[in-house]
Amino acid sequence: MSIITAIVILAIISVFFGLLLGYTSVKFHVEGDPVVDKIDALLPQTQCGQCTYPGCRPYAEAITSGEANINQCPPGGEATMLALSELLGVEPVPLDDEHADEPEKTVVYIDEETCIGCTLCIQACPVDAILGAAKQMHTVIEDECTGCDLCIPPCPVDCIHIIPVKIEPETWRWSLPESSDTSPKA
Amino acid sequence: MTEYALILISTIWVNNFVLVKFLGLCPFMGVSRKLETAIGMALATTFVLTLSSICSFLVNEFILEPFDIMYLRTIMFILVIAVVVQFTEMVVHKTSPLLYNVLGIFLPLITTNCAVLGVALLNIQEDHSFLESVFYGFGAAVGFSMVLILFSGIRERIAVADVPNAFQGTSIAMITAGIMSLAFMGFIGLVN
Repeated sequence: MSIITAIVILAIISVFFGLLLGYTSVKFHVEGDPVVDKIDALLPQTQCGQCTYPGCRPYAEAITSGEANINQCPPGGEATMLALSELLGVEPVPLDDEHADEPEKTVVYIDEETCIGCTLCIQACPVDAILGAAKQMHTVIEDECTGCDLCIPPCPVDCIHIIPVKIEPETWRWSLPESSDTSPKA
Repeated sequence: MTEYALILISTIWVNNFVLVKFLGLCPFMGVSRKLETAIGMALATTFVLTLSSICSFLVNEFILEPFDIMYLRTIMFILVIAVVVQFTEMVVHKTSPLLYNVLGIFLPLITTNCAVLGVALLNIQEDHSFLESVFYGFGAAVGFSMVLILFSGIRERIAVADVPNAFQGTSIAMITAGIMSLAFMGFIGLVN
């Protein structure tokens, strides 16, 4: 008997709540931005926050206002990005794994056989990453090199080469947050 | 009056929901990266927790107990809390866009959080009266908010700190949370 009471009561309450919510959604309907609704419909609704917005709808709003790019949704993957680019008529952009749009990190390397020890590159280096003295061969301290390539034009014998650095656990650096005096991109 | 003050102190410091009872860890790790979102989440949680402890008390008192279906507590509370929060969200959306902008987007995220259900169930388990339930829920929410905001402040600083490679990212956040939890253990024995 008690199980029937339980089922009946739960059913009554659920129906009541269903009606209540249905009524409210009609009665308190707010006209939203239709574009936001369309974007929101394309997003996977996992509300995971990996786009840095607190849910799918805020992300949709950020896309509409031009604040966010269309490639910040990891759960949606490429399919969502393509759907968004079609809807909004913008070029597809490769998925953003946070740093994907940054240029490849490089350091320079001095070919010591060719180096004549002119010290021109040492003067050009803004971070003092090049070691050497006049008429002695020079070398680059890899850890200090920022990959700015400023030392390449002054070199009279073209002995400085660019080598890419693979992102590995040893070379990867935590990216600095934007400084607080520039307005944050949200 | 002392009784309610004790409930508040107990839920905020001694039995803090996040750091001592380990409830609601998902928003604690998830939305603590920015102080701004953490504050929004904290406000929304305060609102939902207080509201849900009121609702669950009423449901327990006037529906579950008279019909002797106490075993349906969990499902009933989930249902009631979700509906009430959804309802409030829609009403707020219509009536006060400003408040909606502050709270609205966080409300659906916190609705079915374990801290919310935990407060509702603990209220019943500890046999709280109506006012006690309200204070318990509110205190739990204040404790949650405080810890969340503190934690996001710490995390904003850690983001600029020179953390050893092996600890960067989530692992340092976990360690920080653990140390905070240890610190909160110091309150044990203050009140029950």
